[in-house]
Amino acid sequence: MQQRVDTERIVLTLNGHEQTIDAEPFASLADTLREKLGLTGTKIGCEAGDCGACTVLLDGRQVCACLVPTCQADGCDVTTVEGAGPHGLTDKLRNAFLAHGAAQCGICTPGMLMAATDLLATQPAPSRADIEDALGGVLCRCTGYTKIIEAVADVAANRALKAPTAEAGHAVGSRIARVDGFPKVAGTDRFGADEAPADALWMRVIRSPHARAQFTFGDLDALKARVPGLVAVLTAKDVPGENSFGVFPHLKDQPVLAEGHVRFRGEAVAALIGTREAIETLSDRDVPITWERLPALETTEAAVDQHAPQLHDFAKGNILARGHLRTGDAPNAHAQSAATAEGNFETAFVEHAYIEPEAGYALPVGDGPERIEVVACTQAPYMDLEDTARALGFPPSRVRIRPTACGGGFGGKLDVSVQPLLAVAAWVTKRPVRIIYSRTESMASTTKRHPAKIWAKSSADAQGRLTSFEMIGDFNTGAYSSWGPTVANRVPVHGMGPYKVPNAWLRTRAIFTNTTPAGAFRGFGIPQAAIANETLMDDLAEKLGIDRWQIRRANALDHGDRTASGQVIKHSAGLPMCLDALKPDWDEGLARVAAFNATSQRVKRGLGIACMWYGCGNTSLSNPSTMRITLAQDGTLTFLNGAVDIGQGSSTVLLQIAADALGLPPQAFRMIVGDTDLTADAGKTSASRQTFVSGNASRLAGEDLRRKILALANAGPEARLSLESNRLTIIDGEASRTIDLATLAADANGIVLDGNGTWDPPTTTLDENGQGVPYATYGFAAQIAEVEVDTQLGTTRVVGIVAAHDVGRAVNPTLVEGQIHGGIAQGLGLALMEEFIPGRTENLHDYLIPTAGDIPPIKIHLVEDPELDGPYGAKGVGEPALIATAPAILAAIRHATGVRVDRVPVLPHRLWAALKAGEEAEA
Amino acid sequence: MASYFRPASLEEALVIRADADVMPIAGGTDVYPAKVSRAGWGDMSHKDVLDISAITSLRGLSQSDTHWRLGALVTWSEVARASLPASLRGLQQAAREVGGVQIQNRGTVAGNICTASPAGDGAPNLLALDAEIELASRTGTRRVAMRDFITGYRQTACRPDELVTAILIPKLPEQAEAIFLKLGARRYLVISIAMVSALAVCDGAGRILDVRLAVGACSATPQRLASLEQALIGEPIAGAGAKVGKQHLAHLSPIDDVRGSAAYRLDAALTLVRDALDGLAGSARRAA
Ligand SMILES: Cc1cc2nc3c(=O)[nH]c(=O)nc-3n(C[C@@H](O)[C@@H](O)[C@H](O)COP(=O)(O)OP(=O)(O)OC[C@H]3O[C@@H](n4cnc5c(N)ncnc54)[C@H](O)[C@@H]3O)c2cc1C
Ligand code: FES
Ligand code: FES
Repeated sequence: MQQRVDTERIVLTLNGHEQTIDAEPFASLADTLREKLGLTGTKIGCEAGDCGACTVLLDGRQVCACLVPTCQADGCDVTTVEGAGPHGLTDKLRNAFLAHGAAQCGICTPGMLMAATDLLATQPAPSRADIEDALGGVLCRCTGYTKIIEAVADVAANRALKAPTAEAGHAVGSRIARVDGFPKVAGTDRFGADEAPADALWMRVIRSPHARAQFTFGDLDALKARVPGLVAVLTAKDVPGENSFGVFPHLKDQPVLAEGHVRFRGEAVAALIGTREAIETLSDRDVPITWERLPALETTEAAVDQHAPQLHDFAKGNILARGHLRTGDAPNAHAQSAATAEGNFETAFVEHAYIEPEAGYALPVGDGPERIEVVACTQAPYMDLEDTARALGFPPSRVRIRPTACGGGFGGKLDVSVQPLLAVAAWVTKRPVRIIYSRTESMASTTKRHPAKIWAKSSADAQGRLTSFEMIGDFNTGAYSSWGPTVANRVPVHGMGPYKVPNAWLRTRAIFTNTTPAGAFRGFGIPQAAIANETLMDDLAEKLGIDRWQIRRANALDHGDRTASGQVIKHSAGLPMCLDALKPDWDEGLARVAAFNATSQRVKRGLGIACMWYGCGNTSLSNPSTMRITLAQDGTLTFLNGAVDIGQGSSTVLLQIAADALGLPPQAFRMIVGDTDLTADAGKTSASRQTFVSGNASRLAGEDLRRKILALANAGPEARLSLESNRLTIIDGEASRTIDLATLAADANGIVLDGNGTWDPPTTTLDENGQGVPYATYGFAAQIAEVEVDTQLGTTRVVGIVAAHDVGRAVNPTLVEGQIHGGIAQGLGLALMEEFIPGRTENLHDYLIPTAGDIPPIKIHLVEDPELDGPYGAKGVGEPALIATAPAILAAIRHATGVRVDRVPVLPHRLWAALKAGEEAEA
Repeated sequence: MASYFRPASLEEALVIRADADVMPIAGGTDVYPAKVSRAGWGDMSHKDVLDISAITSLRGLSQSDTHWRLGALVTWSEVARASLPASLRGLQQAAREVGGVQIQNRGTVAGNICTASPAGDGAPNLLALDAEIELASRTGTRRVAMRDFITGYRQTACRPDELVTAILIPKLPEQAEAIFLKLGARRYLVISIAMVSALAVCDGAGRILDVRLAVGACSATPQRLASLEQALIGEPIAGAGAKVGKQHLAHLSPIDDVRGSAAYRLDAALTLVRDALDGLAGSARRAA
């Protein structure tokens, strides 16, 4: 009998080399690879087989390393992303992924590469279905799988696409590979969980299992004394500064650690700090906490009831924020119209489901310690800095935020999560402390998309021109403020859709409940509102007997039109162009669907169309970005870019812009991204603002440096530059001058020249009726969805999407397409399968996001109606990509079945029930 | 910390099993997620572990004159890749639909039925195949019919001192055909909302000599549709689907959960049973 208590000697062949390790036999292979062997290329997204990020080859076959006991790898061949793979296949796939833009955030990339390696090693000529089968066990939240499948197909067919390199002055518009791409495909990029000082302590948070409760602690000192390796148990009283954080300065209402009272299931109440073994073997039930449960407010209806308990003192009636827009006389205009439609709509909590759970570490620096550094995944380093300093009671200068690579964000990593906790832990223990959220913890404790209950009413004249629009929307903002006010404010501006409406009245409320805080998620409430307004467009089309494309074309905002907030759209209004681009697809689609349905009884096809718009940048608020480029004596050209790239590609796009503004190729630059000690505040990566706002700052920084160089050389504006080590050459027509940078006066850092740029989009505040210029520019899009519905089972399969997006200018078309694919995949999930229910769908087993087999072929029309205020004409695409998809799918389901869907997700049982109800009504 | 045993022989394993309260582990695709799910809300405990993966006698898929034998370590991928008769096609279809390829490469069929999840894809197939489960303990070996093996929600007839050593599937006449239909809300990595396994043996004229239908995820344990099976004997397989009525599923007791309502499950099961019979009729036509 072999009893193993501690570690065991295991011999395996790792990427071709024999390796002997002493490992815990029951530790997962993923954990052993990462923590024992330092091979952090293998990622962990769930530890439960659900995400496939940990996929490695075990004796040549793909397995989830998180499900393999380490001792079962004894005597086996293990191949990870760090290896070249059989016949160098992994290396070939790496290049293809890079060229295709198949890695966005890159957290799924190692798993994808291993799954694809397994496929191509055993099946050299796979079909698309074979590729989907092979990749079906790896989730990707960024790419919509399209470019991944294309990359694998390319390698299978022995095609080798190469991404171009851009010449000086020709970077904008070029499909260069992402500048941070190589480490992602090599598995060497460092995400939040991938590094920490060797002597770091570990932290585990104890969270409330109740939605609303009071609690008290027993003797925590006794616990500490009893449990070997337990160094500290943090509670609210250990927070040296303000025990509260939040997005808005006047709404810092969420405690770092709860003070005797919790408002949602998953709220942090204490943190165990110690050796990894100590914190991972001590169960919550062994920590002395006494709970007293209180009745919880689970819905917005319950929360606004006049007898409901008040969750926050400052929020009367549990209302966090209201939004409002009013123009003309909407109620009266309805009465005068040829056709009116109205309805109630409901959406669910949606989880960001980035594949990387929150993780990082904090480091005390200097005596005292003098400073605390937090190294973690984030979308908003400067906001982290503010709330971390606040929790510590430090001035901001005593905190440094160093973002790691971010394995997906989508709005969910805008709020702080691990940062203040880590900082307080490092402060209290005077030691480095690390934390890795479990998947359940990430899902239960971080923000979600707001569930919405929306009533809307829309009217049109006999020609189908909109006359009036009304909306009342209640958004469940959960237990804490987060971005609730932003959602409440954005929706009234956008809620009528991208159409001309002379009379409009929109009212929103963000309402506190005892549920997971709802915050920012790609679209800030607009995807929910779009479901309502696009459904009403179809209602009106039906009532008036007008084609659904036609009614949208007739109302589409165009150059010179006024929005409902009274803003005249000056330039870049490409919605009519998008719709025109889609017209042939629409006509062909209608014919195809009709032909299919003529011979198919049970399975029906349908076609739907939807439009969207989205203001780039913050609503009526200053949101500047500052960028800097430096040139050193030794010729090092550095782009200091404070905008965190969360996978969407801002590092690449901003570099392309900066490079062209300066007149040197992107390859000439070195990048420093988002370190609060080194880069200026570029604002957060959200609201589709980085290309537009930080893009302008990058352009200005490039132009500034160029101006200084040209002045130095006395050259004209058309001069060409080249840089070779410390020799900068300026060629102006016939004349050429070379400057030896080493001879120029340098500052303390060796910098001889620099360029700086700051840009803030021009907006105005909105008056009490929501009138003004809330955004400097808008992204527009229209999408067509084609679906197939099994009318017996209620299942829906999306069989095609055609998307037309006005992006102003596609700075990097590959990256723009990637954003659109990924947005469509998330929109598909929102429409058909995603529903977060606290306590029930807190893992990626029960919370479903689309897999490689759920995404249809996607055709894209890139429309470029230049935004004169944008850098080289560009504006944002991050959020626009998602918004039109769900309403287009719902419209297609309606076209296929006659069921007008007013609740998402359209799970099979819901559609089935609606189909049954329809049949019964007919009978 | 949990103790970990990884014996190389069944005898050793059974001694450990008899002496200690251990949790067997084969592919680990249920054991680890269950551990992580407990830890998600702060239960960090784990039982001692008995790893059976080194016991070579539990490996492999073999046949005798009367039976197919799936050793307890046979994975879904091994089932999917094996060349097997049409009567095992349903099981093979299930093998390709369990999770994703990574799960199929590690998860065992025996582990699947030991977990005894109502949504387990293995059980309805084994139920339709009239499989027997071979169990061993220090005191001997016994066989339990599949219909008696899963005794309730996540409960089996496997005693704490026993291990499943093999799944035995009686051989069927050559013309037996099987099919498995699984309904889920996405393409891969999806737990069934409802599923149906069907198997039929027809004569040369396409009349049903023997038929077995089993429905999963619609009761605490998978259920055969005995009254329907009886009603279909002697009927032509073509058009058999149309003979299925609600009354044949009356003994199912589905639940409402996040994946579907009870009423939906029942109706979907009805549709899937009809589809499965139509599918078998299609294979019979092609074979003729
Ligand atoms: C992402 C994911 C997706 C999945 N999708 C599906 C799906 O679509 N359909 C489906 O049916 N299942 C699915 N599963 C579960 C499926 O993988 C398992 O049921 C698998 O078949 C179990 O086999 P295993 O060898 O991994 O079992 P293990 O995890 O090793 O063990 C499972 C259980 O059986 C016990 N056990 C194992 N072997 C024996 C034995 N010989 N004797 C006694 N007890 C034993 C163990 O103690 C444990 O309780 C999924 C799992 C994951 C992680
Ligand atoms: S970490 Fe292994 S599957 Fe998610
Ligand atoms: S690139 Fe796939 S999850 Fe981000």
